[in-house]
Amino acid sequence: MSESASRGIAGTVDVVVIGAGHSGLAMSYLLGQCSLRHVVLERGEVANSWRTERWDSLRLLTPNWMTRLPGYPYRGDDPDGYMSAGQAADFISNYGTYTSAPVLTRTTVTRVAQSRHGFRVETSRGDWLCQAVVLATGAFNKPVIPRLAEAMPANVEQLSAHTYRNPRQLAPGGVLVVGASATGLQLAQEIQLSGRPVTLAVGEHVRLPRVYRGRDIQWWMLATGVLDQHIDDVDDPDRARRVPSPQLVGTSDRATLDLNVLQGQGVKIVGRLMGIRDSVAQFSGSLRNVCALADLKMNRLLAWIDQWAEANTPSGIGPTERFVPTLVGETSQLELKLGEDIRTVLWATGSKPDFSWLDLPIFDRKGDLKHSRGVADVPGVYVLGLPYLRRRKSSFIHGAEDDVRELSTHIADYFDRSTSQIKSRLRSVAI
Amino acid sequence: MTKHTKTATNGVNVAALLGAREALKDAPEAARFKWRATSEWVKGTHNRATVAGFFGLGTEHQHRQTYKFESDHPEVFASEDNGATPVEFVLVGLAGCLTAGIAAVAQNRNIQLHSVKATLEAGMNIQGILGIDPDVRNGFDGIKVHYDIDADASAEDIAALVAQSQKRSAVFDVVANPTDVTVTSSKS
Ligand SMILES: Cc1cc2nc3c(=O)[nH]c(=O)nc-3n(C[C@H](O)[C@H](O)[C@H](O)COP(=O)(O)OP(=O)(O)OC[C@H]3O[C@@H](n4cnc5c(N)ncnc54)[C@H](O)[C@@H]3O)c2cc1C
Repeated sequence: MSESASRGIAGTVDVVVIGAGHSGLAMSYLLGQCSLRHVVLERGEVANSWRTERWDSLRLLTPNWMTRLPGYPYRGDDPDGYMSAGQAADFISNYGTYTSAPVLTRTTVTRVAQSRHGFRVETSRGDWLCQAVVLATGAFNKPVIPRLAEAMPANVEQLSAHTYRNPRQLAPGGVLVVGASATGLQLAQEIQLSGRPVTLAVGEHVRLPRVYRGRDIQWWMLATGVLDQHIDDVDDPDRARRVPSPQLVGTSDRATLDLNVLQGQGVKIVGRLMGIRDSVAQFSGSLRNVCALADLKMNRLLAWIDQWAEANTPSGIGPTERFVPTLVGETSQLELKLGEDIRTVLWATGSKPDFSWLDLPIFDRKGDLKHSRGVADVPGVYVLGLPYLRRRKSSFIHGAEDDVRELSTHIADYFDRSTSQIKSRLRSVAI
Repeated sequence: MTKHTKTATNGVNVAALLGAREALKDAPEAARFKWRATSEWVKGTHNRATVAGFFGLGTEHQHRQTYKFESDHPEVFASEDNGATPVEFVLVGLAGCLTAGIAAVAQNRNIQLHSVKATLEAGMNIQGILGIDPDVRNGFDGIKVHYDIDADASAEDIAALVAQSQKRSAVFDVVANPTDVTVTSSKS
């Protein structure tokens, strides 16, 4: 008898949803509306990643009015504010309570494999049998750290955005933050203000003002349709999915956070980290170009917004604005002594999903999950919450609604089809 | 979003490049190229390099002809100036790569080019190569490239063209980033 066959069956349902973050809960709500029997399995507590995988000072990049889930808008008294990680966790937990989601917490999924009549979902607390599986385990479970980290001298402490909590964790002395997206910029600022001199290694990035013409930039991105842009309508879906998070921070003064602001606070900017040789970090000479590209793209977006504003004349907006180009010094620094100038390296180089427990023939050559807009290559398997899964907003909290609606319809059709197949098979047996 | 209805004729076969990109996505081994050069010392600082063949798409290729490059050093270096200085070849390579990129990106974005002129300047403190000051770098302390472009496009679109070409340029990457270099020798 195989190991899995000998394991206890915890239950049989139509659909197992793995992960009780906002994606899994939204899916659960809509599966309930389709009368599909399901369970949501969660390794920690509901909204686990907001409770355990975020740094202390994190606030959402999206304003509160935007934070909504199917049938559940934000109802607080600070629509223009930005939730802390704890508040986001509470919002999601309250949603789970509101929808009476059938969540089993403290249940870690250790393996998913095909079984005779569907899938077997093995967990730390018994196995589930089901016809369909929804992977809602998050897009940002594991830090992506470049291989050259292995060449880091031993006297340099290394952290990632997953292990960093606050500056008190860090030794006194210089800090190299690698990566200049939302995470890298926010942490560079916090650490610099804590009194540790920060150098920020900047690769390709997305620059945005927090507020444009009196409105939050996210308002404009939503209003102009940028956030709703469909993956089928972009020239290069692969590239669109790799676009890093925009340089934004959610603070009460709605301040812009960009490379100019950081440099004003004393952060040094250098090019992308490209090598480590003899305890010397080597940076790319492409800094000027990546900054020029980011400025050009920002201005293109602002021009698009202006054009839209002229055609649609929303009320109460301010005059057009343009921002100072990113300041790059006459000469950019290409080397830095690790261990001497730099005591800590903080990798803010992105995150990726962890599907190591999926025992299905479902990965491409590079180990990424193969799917078309959330419908995986293996029938009956669905995935949620990945960047640009269906729309630009797919990995945001407010982006779940449309994706989940469409995918739950797909799942319902899948069940209709398999039921009618069974029925027609029964009919042919009867004849 | 583009204003052009005519198709740009910059002479770059973008369809072929995009086709190659699609095909090579699923054939990662074929995308591995090896570029080669050989060189022979002539006399003094005069040297002759040749480029004949390369490896790519899983097989060996020959250029239509063998290209020869004379390199030497100028008379101020007490040399005979039989060719461009090796570091000037780097600038030639950079200009060639960036300009080809500009043409390809322009074609892809349907921007008609009329003229593309690049001026390149690279600073070097020869105290490095003469071993006078170990803190001075041997190579360029910086490279400045200026493009003067006449095209049917706005200044902003032209800036975006040039920026995108840097993003895709092999030689830009080679000069901007550290590369592991191994030099060995044998007795013939
Ligand atoms: C730093 C950061 C900032 C962000 N800021 C914003 C923002 O401002 N606005 C916004 O809208 N979005 C933001 N996001 C994006 C996104 O909304 C979050 O990543 C969100 O947590 C993703 O939701 P999810 O439900 O898809 O996944 P998660 O919230 O990650 O939920 C996945 C759940 O699956 C569980 N799980 C994982 N593996 C297993 C397993 N094997 N067995 C059982 N359970 C498992 C996890 O414990 C977790 O609870 C941010 C993301 C990050 C990382």
